[in-house]
Amino acid sequence: MARLVLRRILVSVPSLVVVSVIVFVLQSLIPGDAADTLAGVNATAAHIAAVRAQLGLNRPLPVQYWHWLDGVFHGSLGNSLINGQPVTSLLDPRLEVTLSLVLGATVVASVIGVLLGTASSLDSRVVRRVLDVVSVVGMAIPSFWVALLLIAWVSVRLGWLPATGYVSLSSSPLEWARSLILPVIALALTGMTAIAKQTREAMLDVLQRDYIRNLRANGTGEGSVIFRHAFRSAAMPVVTMSGLLFIGALGGSVIIEQIFGLPGLGEAAVAATSNKDIPVIQGVAVYFTLLVIGVNLVTDIIYGLLNPKVRTG
Amino acid sequence: MTFTVPPLVGEQSSRPAVRQGLLRRLVRRPLAVAALVYLVVVVILAVLAPAVAPYGPESTDLAKILQGPSAAHLLGTDAIGRDVLSRLLFGARPALLGVLIATATAVVIAVPVGIAAAMYRRADRLVSPVVDVIMSIPAIAVLLMVLATFGQNLSAAMVALGVLTAPGMTRVIRGAALAVVEEPYIEAARVFGLRGPAIAARHVLPRIIGPLLVNGSLVASAALITETGLNFLGLGVHPPDPSWGSLVSDGAAAMDQSVWLLFIAGCVVAVTVVAFVLLGDALRDTAAETWSGRRERTRPERRQRLGRASATHAPTDGAGEGVDSDALLAVRDLTVAFPGPSRTTLEVLQHVSFDVGRGETVGIVGESGCGKTMTGLAVIGMLPPRASVVAGQILLAGRDVLAMPRKTRARLRGGTIAFVSQEPMVALDPLFTVGYQISEAVRRYEKASRSAVRRIAIELLERVRISEPEKVAKLYPHEISGGMAQRVCIAIALAGHPDLLVADEPTTALDVTVQAEILALLASLQRDTGMAIILISHDWEVIRRMSARAVVMYAGQVVERGVTAELMRHPSHPYTEGLLAADPHLARPGTRLRTIPGAVPQPEDWPVGCHFAARCQYATAECSRQAIPLLRAEDNRWTRCIHFDRFRVRAAAGD
Repeated sequence: MARLVLRRILVSVPSLVVVSVIVFVLQSLIPGDAADTLAGVNATAAHIAAVRAQLGLNRPLPVQYWHWLDGVFHGSLGNSLINGQPVTSLLDPRLEVTLSLVLGATVVASVIGVLLGTASSLDSRVVRRVLDVVSVVGMAIPSFWVALLLIAWVSVRLGWLPATGYVSLSSSPLEWARSLILPVIALALTGMTAIAKQTREAMLDVLQRDYIRNLRANGTGEGSVIFRHAFRSAAMPVVTMSGLLFIGALGGSVIIEQIFGLPGLGEAAVAATSNKDIPVIQGVAVYFTLLVIGVNLVTDIIYGLLNPKVRTG
Repeated sequence: MTFTVPPLVGEQSSRPAVRQGLLRRLVRRPLAVAALVYLVVVVILAVLAPAVAPYGPESTDLAKILQGPSAAHLLGTDAIGRDVLSRLLFGARPALLGVLIATATAVVIAVPVGIAAAMYRRADRLVSPVVDVIMSIPAIAVLLMVLATFGQNLSAAMVALGVLTAPGMTRVIRGAALAVVEEPYIEAARVFGLRGPAIAARHVLPRIIGPLLVNGSLVASAALITETGLNFLGLGVHPPDPSWGSLVSDGAAAMDQSVWLLFIAGCVVAVTVVAFVLLGDALRDTAAETWSGRRERTRPERRQRLGRASATHAPTDGAGEGVDSDALLAVRDLTVAFPGPSRTTLEVLQHVSFDVGRGETVGIVGESGCGKTMTGLAVIGMLPPRASVVAGQILLAGRDVLAMPRKTRARLRGGTIAFVSQEPMVALDPLFTVGYQISEAVRRYEKASRSAVRRIAIELLERVRISEPEKVAKLYPHEISGGMAQRVCIAIALAGHPDLLVADEPTTALDVTVQAEILALLASLQRDTGMAIILISHDWEVIRRMSARAVVMYAGQVVERGVTAELMRHPSHPYTEGLLAADPHLARPGTRLRTIPGAVPQPEDWPVGCHFAARCQYATAECSRQAIPLLRAEDNRWTRCIHFDRFRVRAAAGD
């Protein structure tokens, strides 16, 4: 198990390097660099050159990359070009928002999806048909549209929940939950149907295995057959799927945060994209990649806990 | 912007692909046709937008803002009086272009890389880790970076999206191509000197079209959602140029006054994505139909009698004359059928009758496909989902189990009838320890403390002669041998002190020495517990050693029944004779092993007359005229052969 975790961590190092290199190479392609932006529209060529030298942008790319990497090892991701704030102190408080949203959506989608999928694997043809239709619709409807319709209906029309804004968990757990309900639903919808389908496939696959027949043939009750034995086997692909779901939701969170006015990482990234505030985008990319690595690690650990072959092997 | 989970679904279809007929079968699905037609219409309208749009994309009419549908504006107007239909038509252009760019990029990368990885081991070693790395990169971060870098150039972002989606598709292509590459004709092509790329283009590519289309449509739908999402954020197409995403955000801005714009713009996006998804789904299902057989699940048999079969092939055997009504188990005239095409039933067991006394072992013997296992499953009440008992009785200690409510019957399993299956290695749940699985069985019958249950479980392991039971109890199924797994299965079956054990080829999957040990174990357990055993086997040696009486089955019928030793010495049915002659254990050294020509016919091909006639050297015209009843050949000997007396004389003479 320890070896498994170690291997996963080693595998994830390249993806961090790849992401940061991509980001760096792309940055170098920008016609007119950050110095232009920072020096202002009316700056003289000399002034721009001075700023460029100050930022270290006149050095060769590998040197710049090394410089940035050196900063990363010392816990710095550079400063925002717009307000000069360190990227880490800009992004750290936003982590809670994004994590609340994305984790919430993953959990909601997984729980409801597993329930739906299990129900539809157990014989009811009607449930199965309904799930088929719902899953196509769920996959197809853009989450930002769902979000807007939810706001139009639940917040504007009914006035039940706030349309925008975020309240931190520490200041008021109730308001925190209220501020997250709609965004989490909007974000969870797509994944929910994917999880439901995956659960159904996995359950159908497990239920036809020999050992399930043996359990039944030797008197194991249906409840135990399904919820103790079949379910546990089926959980393995579903866990993998949930991990993928988290990564998908991370992407979706960028838009959802924008719509619901949640001050998360994605919101910062969108603003930075419009402002060409490269260090901030870079920072978000690093944060996202770290989150993905973390989730993959957790997925692997859960998988190992479920599967004795991985644990004992 | 991956709102959708990477399309794993496509991977399921990485089976040998089909070449033709995919489109033809697809056309039979109305939803798929509708989706295809819709997409074609959208593409045509987008291309012709400047000609067909009723207004210019930016022509405003401030007198008519946020209107609903009208004759002048079919889909209404937006906040500054622009025609929504026209803007949707023009907005379709960047949307479809984006989808095209992203999907084409993914295909251009994934197809050659995936095929190369399937064909060359060295390429695979390079490709797989790269795929893993790229798949763990959050696409959104890279897309935003690309947009910032290239001045919000949507095409660049879509190329990037294609690159980031390519690894998932590469996996699908690799999987599909791998199945093709392993086929012998590819090897043959290599031997004929065809070069790698030529093989890939000529032989592999056509066969992976199916999975490629399926995955491609999923990638397209994801790309469309991403494209609209980026435009919704205002990061793609520059306003006032129309895009579907910006129409949604225009609708969102005017939400307080009118929801119409938000609704219709979102609908168009959703319907288009649905079209891609449906097309992909239909392609996958259509493809799966050809690539895979039906999947069958085993569930407890449902209590439904279809009524007596209309087309009964064989007459009843006087409700199983010659079976002992005091027996522990009496199977009488049992007929099992699957629903066949157009309201017919397809019988897979016909008029099976035999009995098992207390403490007795009865062997059921025959080739594969004769109904041995089906008979065993019927006895334990676990027929496959669609199969049902259409006639006959199964009496257990005098009670008709088929008449019992489902729950009562389920309670018989484990406690009264237990089951041991053929493949011990897959008969145990891989996720639980041996000890847990035995304890779970014990707990159903003993209301005892945890430690007491544990002790009983260990005792059971000792009884099936596992040395170091404490240690074995802590092991997982993958850590023990096949023979040991079968002992564990037997221990689980013993937990409920059953009166009858149905053992379906319990030793077939094991080594010869282990086989003998398991048989000896079963025999000694039977002596100790007095349970009866139905031993299903194709091996005469096993039947001879274990069972006093034997039932020979052929093509869904009992063809001979009698005392094992007598039956083996002088069979009364040509099939029994043939089966005995074909058994390598019984053959005289130095003589040629005689096999029965032909094969067991499928249920749909069963003749009305003798099922064995086509393979029988003694068959006459009479054999095929009508169904053959089970006849008494002598005391305790029944045969389904009308020539049994003549056949015996001839067989003796020809021997």
